[in-house]
Amino acid sequence: MSCYLTSGKHLNLYWAFGTVLLLLAVTAPVAMTFGFLGAMAARSQHLVLRLIGKGYTAMVRGVPDIVFFLFFVIALDQGIEYLNHLIRCPDWTDPVRNGLEFRVCPEAKVPLGASEQWVHQFYGFMLAVLTFSLVFGAFAANVLYGAMQAVPRAQLETAEAYGLTQRQVFRRILVPQMWVYALPGLSNLWMILIKATPLLFLLGVQDIVYWARELGGAKTQAFDYPHPDWRLYYFLFLLVFYLAFTRLSEIVLNRVSARLSRGQATAAGEAMRKAGI
Amino acid sequence: MKKLLIATALMALTAGAALAQQTVRMGTEGAYPPYNFINDAGEVDGFERELGDELCKRAELTCEWVTTDWDSIIPNLQSGNYDTIIAGMNINEERSKVISFTQNYTPPAPSAYVALSPDADIKTGVIAAQVNTIQSGYIAASGATLLEFATPDETVAAVRNGEADAVFADKDFLVPIVNESNGELVIVSEDVTLGGGIGMGLRQSDTELRGKFDAAITSMKADGSLNALIKKWFGEDADVF
Repeated sequence: MSCYLTSGKHLNLYWAFGTVLLLLAVTAPVAMTFGFLGAMAARSQHLVLRLIGKGYTAMVRGVPDIVFFLFFVIALDQGIEYLNHLIRCPDWTDPVRNGLEFRVCPEAKVPLGASEQWVHQFYGFMLAVLTFSLVFGAFAANVLYGAMQAVPRAQLETAEAYGLTQRQVFRRILVPQMWVYALPGLSNLWMILIKATPLLFLLGVQDIVYWARELGGAKTQAFDYPHPDWRLYYFLFLLVFYLAFTRLSEIVLNRVSARLSRGQATAAGEAMRKAGI
Repeated sequence: MKKLLIATALMALTAGAALAQQTVRMGTEGAYPPYNFINDAGEVDGFERELGDELCKRAELTCEWVTTDWDSIIPNLQSGNYDTIIAGMNINEERSKVISFTQNYTPPAPSAYVALSPDADIKTGVIAAQVNTIQSGYIAASGATLLEFATPDETVAAVRNGEADAVFADKDFLVPIVNESNGELVIVSEDVTLGGGIGMGLRQSDTELRGKFDAAITSMKADGSLNALIKKWFGEDADVF
């Protein structure tokens, strides 16, 4: 049994948990940054910035995630290789697009065909992080935009009356107060992000669902450990993992929510004040 | 420091082309024993692993194995994520329109129906097959209802849990499963031979690489080592050249 659970394939499954957690850890802050920039742009006084901010959210939110994951990543990957191709192989005469084929010179491949397997995997992982961040950033931008609009105008006006500049009002009054409005939306996004990680396999990153399916499938004598269909047990294990993880997230988010409500001009903040917390 | 890191990363990703002896990336599915599968050590294994390594040795190429979903195995070849498909892919007309094949390295192989009982309805019943295979095409053209799955393993599971009446797949894939099912599964009716045998798939523009692999397959056919390999993985009574 212990031999079975420590086979190379199982180690891959355990590594995949690390990959998923790492993806979440990297994607969440990057998506928040995209979201914040998007929301700022959408509120901007300049028409161009406003169009960029609103266009970004509208476009990404309107496209089904799975289309985005299938189309955007390939387009991005080929775009990078094409630019690289133009720089490195200016003398290349064969067409890059040949029917359905996409073929740049070997020196322009990213990563190079000769690179180690981990380089390919790292590159795939980075593409995944970027795609997840862009998609979830657009949703976060909308949440943050709404939260910024939700801060009572009286708060901002008071600050203006004290002679604060627009920039100061934004930094010292608007942003600290908006989080409490943004949190429900952001916590939704976090939960969805956790559950969206199996989409990783679409991007060629072998995640926990892939390995669970691979390990759980019925095995013949060609394998060291033949067994019937065990997918149910592997998927139950994943269910427990996801439930535990979302529950943990909920506990943390509730704490953050309580913390953010303290002293705010909201019903929750008022209730806390009355209760003397 | 940061710049240095970025520069190093970029170097790792893009540079070093000059000293790069061209590596051929071999794309396979890794879910079709005994053709190709991921063994317990987490590595690609099977008939095609052994064959591919031998072909690369004869063609004096450095090869690296990559696994991918069956469903996207042709698009990924075309967009250059790997250079060959060596994944139990039968040569047929439809596929030859989009990729080019080497000569076949197995004779045209029989496909078989497997069901829970010998009198299963394979003419009009529900038949499970893997998506985008010659078998699924065959079922779609027959009178039966086709039920497609992404992986071969799921097609067999569908028969076991009663979702499908029978599964239709390469016989070499099904025989070990039937033998080890303690009589639960049986082969129904005679074999059907489809396709022109299994070959390696390459981009149509990669004529040079295809020539190298073709020559290597020819030499393995000539000295009998290919037949020995087929017998090793598919049993003594397997079809050989």
